[in-house]
Amino acid sequence: MSAKVVARLESQFGDRILAKSAFRGDEEVTIAPKDWVEVATFLRDDPACAMDHFGDLTAVDWPLREREGQPRFDLVLYVRSTEKRHRIRVKTKVRDGEQPKTLTTVWAGANWAEREIWDMFGIRFDGHKDMRRILLYEEFEGHPLRKDYPIDRAQPLVEYRDVENVTKLPPFGIEEGQPFTRIDWEERLAGHAEPVSPSIAVQTGVRRTLSDSEIAEAAAARVAQEPAADEPSENAS
Amino acid sequence: MGELKVLGGSQSDGFFTTKFEALLAWARKYSLFQYPFATACCGMEFMATAAPRYDIARFGAEAPRFSPRQSDVLWVVGTISQRQGPVLKRIYEQMTEPKWVVAFGTCASCGGFYDNYTTIPGCDKIIPVDVYIPGCPPRPEAVLDALMLLMEKIQKGNREPVTVPPREVPELAKRRAARGGKVQS
Repeated sequence: MSAKVVARLESQFGDRILAKSAFRGDEEVTIAPKDWVEVATFLRDDPACAMDHFGDLTAVDWPLREREGQPRFDLVLYVRSTEKRHRIRVKTKVRDGEQPKTLTTVWAGANWAEREIWDMFGIRFDGHKDMRRILLYEEFEGHPLRKDYPIDRAQPLVEYRDVENVTKLPPFGIEEGQPFTRIDWEERLAGHAEPVSPSIAVQTGVRRTLSDSEIAEAAAARVAQEPAADEPSENAS
Repeated sequence: MGELKVLGGSQSDGFFTTKFEALLAWARKYSLFQYPFATACCGMEFMATAAPRYDIARFGAEAPRFSPRQSDVLWVVGTISQRQGPVLKRIYEQMTEPKWVVAFGTCASCGGFYDNYTTIPGCDKIIPVDVYIPGCPPRPEAVLDALMLLMEKIQKGNREPVTVPPREVPELAKRRAARGGKVQS
């Protein structure tokens, strides 16, 4: 769908396109942080690209890449052209503490997206006029979508009431209308040196990912356990 | 409040005796002004309960007041994020005594499945709650159950928190029993 855009970028930037890939018609290119604004401006202004719609800008945290000396974060930009009807995904890798240039000079819509990235991942943007938190509060410490943010850490703005058993007031059981239970993080994180998210546990090999066949087996076992579904729905009666 | 005793002959020119507190509680429980603190999807169920089909006006509780100073019951309807905590606490403090709080739905009661850094695990962590309504969302019938529980509490002057017990659709309960399934008490 946007192979033409990739070709256009390659003819313009050559080696500065570090990598490209495609998944089911969605093209993606990777560039260096120093080319970030230049490529974005080109995508917007070039008549063959004409990316006039800023879709989204977000980030991905890969903490384990730091061990290999790789930058920790991916910045991911989604833009599309309403006129040419194509779109592209642009990625760049930034280190912890590195300040990529802001895209607000290219697309005004990047303003809140960059603020959200600062809020959630702690990546500051160089040249952004209003680099404040957008979803969380100023008193919040840390950046919760970093995978090393402790998963059970809350930072209440209002102190919890000083009442006996305040944490033991209802969670409700399945019979009381809550068909799901809360996760026991202590149990889940047992054996970890520090509380990290389960996805890191999988990446470090502390916990195994299930193979497709194992997932299918577990699903089949669940179905076999369930009683036959002969109960009519409430609407039927 | 006990029986109203009509003394002195015919009803038209009689008088009756009762305890003053009981009379006051009786008046209060039938004229609840509510403050709907609706933050999430449970708000839809609240609207359904207030609308004519379930008709909360039958209980004298039909008037929502959007000023905490004019309301008696704070309905916490939906998820309370950490950032909203100070707002909720302030609203509660602005209400005049006597005041009651109903936690509407699983999120307001215990945080629901939002087990993370953004959400207060139940509004009872910051304000005292009188009635909990479990359910995601609760059915309007459960909300009316909660209102009746609250009215009972007001009449008795009881401030212990209570939880609305689960109920089944009677027709479904009958069929389940006929199959030999588990019967909920």
